[in-house]
Amino acid sequence: MKQTVAKLLIVTSAIVVLCILAVVISHILINGLPLVNLAYLTTDPDISWGNPVGGIRSTVWVSCYLTVIALLVAVPIGVGAAVYFTEYAKVGAFVTALRFAVESLAGVPSIVFGLFGYALFVISLGLQWSILSGGLTLACMILPTIIRTSEEALRSVPSAFREASLSLGATRWQTIWRVVVPSASPGIVTGIILGVGRAVGETAAVMLTAGMSLGFPILPTQPGRSMAVHLYTLAQEHIAYDQSYATAAVLVLVILAVDAAASLIRRRTST
Amino acid sequence: MSERLTDSHPSELQKAKIEVVDLSFYYSNVQALKSVNLAIFERSVTALIGPSGCGKSTFLRTINRMNDIIPMTKVTGHVRLDGQDIYAPGVDVVELRKRVGMVFQKPNPFPMSIYDNVAYGPRIHGVRKKSTLDEIVERSLTLAALWDEVKDRLRSSALELSGGQQQRLCIARALAVEPEVLLMDEPCSALDPIATARIEDLIQELKKQFTIVIVTHNLHQAGRVSDFTAFFLAGELVESGPTEVIFERPSDKRTEDYVTGRFG
Repeated sequence: MKQTVAKLLIVTSAIVVLCILAVVISHILINGLPLVNLAYLTTDPDISWGNPVGGIRSTVWVSCYLTVIALLVAVPIGVGAAVYFTEYAKVGAFVTALRFAVESLAGVPSIVFGLFGYALFVISLGLQWSILSGGLTLACMILPTIIRTSEEALRSVPSAFREASLSLGATRWQTIWRVVVPSASPGIVTGIILGVGRAVGETAAVMLTAGMSLGFPILPTQPGRSMAVHLYTLAQEHIAYDQSYATAAVLVLVILAVDAAASLIRRRTST
Repeated sequence: MSERLTDSHPSELQKAKIEVVDLSFYYSNVQALKSVNLAIFERSVTALIGPSGCGKSTFLRTINRMNDIIPMTKVTGHVRLDGQDIYAPGVDVVELRKRVGMVFQKPNPFPMSIYDNVAYGPRIHGVRKKSTLDEIVERSLTLAALWDEVKDRLRSSALELSGGQQQRLCIARALAVEPEVLLMDEPCSALDPIATARIEDLIQELKKQFTIVIVTHNLHQAGRVSDFTAFFLAGELVESGPTEVIFERPSDKRTEDYVTGRFG
C-alpha cells in the first residue's frame, strides 16, 4: 500500500513537471509562432513611432555577437581552470578557497553580475555600454558552468590513459594536451553549450552592460540590444505582447536547439 | 641471501641490463619493498611472481619510475640501467621511460585510431614525417603480431578491437618508441586463453630484441615464458634464479610452498 502511494506521488510529480514545461513552451509557441516569418527574422526592429514594428534581425545578431565574445574569453579560462583543478592542484587551503569561489560564483544572481559588469567594464574600464562589456560580463557568468562541467569531464578520463601516455615518455603537459583533454572533449563541449544557453537567455546582466540601443553593432565597442533584452522591453515598455511573444518563440526555439545539441553530443559519445 | 642466489646464476654469458641494489619503497609509512637486490639479464624474460600485495607490481613500476606519479611515496637504494642509476638526481624521467616501455594489466588503448595509438609515442618525441611514421607503425604492429589483422583498417578506432588485439596494440604502441626494456604488468590477466597464448608466443619473439620483465599471477605462465623468476613475499624478494631452478629445486621453503601451490 505504502509502495503504491509513494509510486503514485512520484509519478504525479514527474507528470506535473512535464505539464508545466509543455504548457509554457506550447503557450509561447502558439502565441508567438504565427507572427514569425522570414521578414520578421530579416528586418531590424523599429520603435521610432512608439509602437514597435519590424523584426528582430539586429537583436539576433547582438545575441550571437555577445555569446561569441563571452565564449572566446570564458572557454580558455574555464577549461584552463578545470585542467588546473583536476591535473595540477594539490589539496590545500588555496585550492579549497578557489573551489569555494567557483561554487559561489555559480550561485550569484545574474543581476549582480550585471551590476558588477556595469561598475567594472562599463564605468571603471571605460568600455561603456558595448558588446565588449556585455560579452565580458556574460563570460564571468558562464565561467562556473564551464569550469564545473569540464572538471567533471576531465575527472572521468580513466587514469589508465594518463599512465599509458606517461609510460611512453610523454611529459605531463603532453599527456594533458594530447590525451586527457581530447578524451574529455565531449563533456567539455556539453558544458560550453550549456553556457551558450545561459548566455543567450540572459537579460538583466546584458541590459546593464551592453545597453538597449537598437543599432546594428559592427564593432565590439558599440552597444546593442539582445533578443532577451528586446523581449523584456517589448513586454514591459511597449506593452506589445504579440511582438514579445514572437521574440520569445524564437528565443525558446534557439535555446531548445542548443540544449538538444548538448544532449545529442552527450548521447553520441557515451555509447 | 638473494644476492648470493643472483651470483649463482649460470649467466656469465649474459649481461645484466638492470641491477637493483638494496631497493626499498614506501607508500607514506607502509614499506612495500624491503631492500630488494636483483639482476635482470639482457634479452631474457624475467618473471616476478608472488601472492597479491607482495610488491611485485610496485617493484616493476620502480624500473620506469611510474611510482613517481603517486604522491607520498619514497624510494631508497639503487636501480641501475646499463650501470646508470635511474634515481640519481638529474636523471631525465622522460628519457628513461623512452628506454623502458610498459604494458599494463588492462589493455588501455587511447580513444583514437589504431594508427594514432601506435604513432603517439614517436609523435611526442618529435617524429613528424608521414613516411617515417608509416614505417614505424608498420614495423611496430608487425613486431606485435597485429599487422595482418589491422593493416586494412588503421584509421578505425582502436576501441573496436577485441581485448587481445587491444593488448597487442598496446605492446605495439610501447615498441614504437624503440625501448630497450619492456615491463609487463600481468598483461594477460584480462584476456581469454587463446589471446593469452598469442601474447605468450609474442613474448618469446620479443625477447630476442628486448629485455622483458613480466609480473604474473599465473605460475604456469611464468613457467612457460620466463628464463628467470623472482619470488616476492610481503615486500621481500625471497628467491630468484633460473626459472627451472625456482620451480624444481627452490632453496627456500616459502618458495617451494608457493610454487607447489600450497598458498597464494
